[in-house]
Amino acid sequence: MTTALRFDQIRLPPECDVLRREVREFLSQEIAAGTFNPHEPQREDIDIPEFSHRVGARGWIGMTWPKKYGGHERTFLERFVVTEEMRVANAPTRRFFVADRQSGPVLLKFANERIKMDILPRICRGEVCFSIGMSEPNSGSDLFAAKTKATRTSGGWLINGTKIWTTSAHMADYMLAIFRTSPATKENRRHGLTQFLVDMKAPGIRVNPIAQISGMKEFNEVVFDDTFVPDDYALGEIDGAWKQATSELAYERSGPERFLETYYVLTELVRALGDKPDTRGAEGIGRLVAQLHTLRRMSVSVAGMLQAGKEPVVEASIVKDLGTIWEQKLPHRVRDLAAFVDTDASNHHALEQQLAFAIKIAPKLTIQGGTTEVLRGIIARGLGLR
Amino acid sequence: MAEAESIVAETADRIFADLADAQTVNSAKSDGWKKPLWAALTDAGLPLSWVTDDYGGSGATLAEGFGVVSAAGRHALAVPLVETMLAGWLLSQASIASPNGAMTVAPTSPRDRVTLNADGTLSGRARGIPFASEATHIAVIADTPKGFAIALAETSSCHVVAGESLGNDASNIVTFNNVKPVASKPAPKDVTPTSLMLMGATVRSLQIAGALETLLNLSVAYANERVAFEKKIAKFQAIQHNLAQLAGEVAAAVTASGSVADTIATGADNDIMMLEVASAKIRCAEAAEKGTAIAHQVFGAIGFSMEHILHRYTLRALAWRDDFGHESYWATELGKLIAARGADELWPLLASR
Repeated sequence: MTTALRFDQIRLPPECDVLRREVREFLSQEIAAGTFNPHEPQREDIDIPEFSHRVGARGWIGMTWPKKYGGHERTFLERFVVTEEMRVANAPTRRFFVADRQSGPVLLKFANERIKMDILPRICRGEVCFSIGMSEPNSGSDLFAAKTKATRTSGGWLINGTKIWTTSAHMADYMLAIFRTSPATKENRRHGLTQFLVDMKAPGIRVNPIAQISGMKEFNEVVFDDTFVPDDYALGEIDGAWKQATSELAYERSGPERFLETYYVLTELVRALGDKPDTRGAEGIGRLVAQLHTLRRMSVSVAGMLQAGKEPVVEASIVKDLGTIWEQKLPHRVRDLAAFVDTDASNHHALEQQLAFAIKIAPKLTIQGGTTEVLRGIIARGLGLR
Repeated sequence: MAEAESIVAETADRIFADLADAQTVNSAKSDGWKKPLWAALTDAGLPLSWVTDDYGGSGATLAEGFGVVSAAGRHALAVPLVETMLAGWLLSQASIASPNGAMTVAPTSPRDRVTLNADGTLSGRARGIPFASEATHIAVIADTPKGFAIALAETSSCHVVAGESLGNDASNIVTFNNVKPVASKPAPKDVTPTSLMLMGATVRSLQIAGALETLLNLSVAYANERVAFEKKIAKFQAIQHNLAQLAGEVAAAVTASGSVADTIATGADNDIMMLEVASAKIRCAEAAEKGTAIAHQVFGAIGFSMEHILHRYTLRALAWRDDFGHESYWATELGKLIAARGADELWPLLASR
């Protein structure tokens, strides 16, 4: 490969097989008990706190974190297995997943001991839901245009302004957000933003749901009106959030959730085409499986590199760029390939329902968590073009 | 890559850089460069990498050999090194000693069959045989009434029709008209024409990925040099995004081909082998289509001239798609396998890798 890019051939070690069996068994018990339906896409507005508690009790949240904070000191590859099995089973992970993936690691790195001892064990028990406060009405991909202000007050900060498109804010216990603590400087437009932890139960926070084209209401507008945040909830360097954002991205961008979001339509297509598909159907399935297998191998590779202590930011961006475009196109390709499926086939209705859902959510996949355009900018920088 | 693997690959890399430099080869008026190159490769034991030393080879591991193949791809190598390696590998399966000189293999298309007749002669026609006209021997896997046989034939005893691949390398129709082979032996039970197809598809995937790696390096370097509209074209967002996509295709091809090489080197059951080989050939072929188009777009007209080296990589990356099964063939085979296993067995198969 070029000097800039690296995808090591990583295979999941044997301990992952044992874990995978445990996760599958747990999920099949949950399915049998009626907690969720594996044939229905994971609806992000469905909240099942008890499921989170049981996942936490199994030790599958905060898996890689120190035991001292309720974590389990397991590997990124083991976490990878849990994530992908949950995703493929359409398990309702929304409540704990953001905290597990990105909020927890940020707290581990930048919060003080008291906060870590307070919050991290609760995340691990599946009791805490996090949301991410990045976008604002006039700043989306351009993070550094954020205007929501944090102003010094006695013992802390007062927050005023609005965050928007905040997933899960309606059920979140905390938010990790960036607020403006100083104006940007002429030399550095990224200067002046600080990362904060916000208790969503604090006075002066209003959460207004926003209806989405998918028919769900998973994201929100969050209005801060003189919301008080204590001093130690400012995380890391004041005015220096831009230095803290990059390493987090590798965790957020390359996981199995970045290409498995619409996976269910592929399974259902294989079911609908039967055990002897025609050439067109077989070729279509073959190509999709080849693309998915390759994406997964790339994603495993990034997880392995994270485990080895590297920061594969560019590689992770490549996985998300390719992965989200693939999962976005998948329902459309499946629709093509299913065009001649016998409408009397036993799963025809299920497939149609799934496609209707997947096609509606597809546009967001290349926007959330870093747009395609932002990702390509990061990759281009990694290549030495910027 | 383990250290031993990289030492063999580094040796190959150095020889390619010294004696098969793309610029030198591209402007050469004759094939005179091929002789010293082949001599150096032979001295280093590379053509018979996959032949044990008791059969005249250098006994490299499969993984080491795959490292050489990747390097050959990165240099868009235009001599039958990889084909000779494959032939040596095939002959070794039946304990047939490899001769000196360049070899190739047949058949290289899943639709072609060569037969070993009761009188011990070979018959049949194989299309698209790479470098047949430059090879002194052809290693064949042939049908017999009782399974398969592996045979070694002299090219001079076959009918070879002149022809070229998309990459301007020899690619020939070879007809075996009751050709008496130099040697033939029954193939071991687990070695079939499919085995050659799997191995061939794997090396072509690695070569495509290698060529794409070089294309990315060349394209990035050119974008940082070339000035248009008063700035380096690397500074245009449209170019940046195109090259980011090229990087994605390179990453996918390198990952998929690396994965299958690793799988063949360590062994796996049939379904996993099909998943890995088919995925690599399909994904690398798709990457070749998309990646070569982006590279040409970055270079503009100069990249379309014979004088420039770009075509050495782009056209070979596209040509290598054609050997050992079109990607549509592999997609259909993989799709049939997935369908036969059933919808609920798809995820367990993927997750096992």
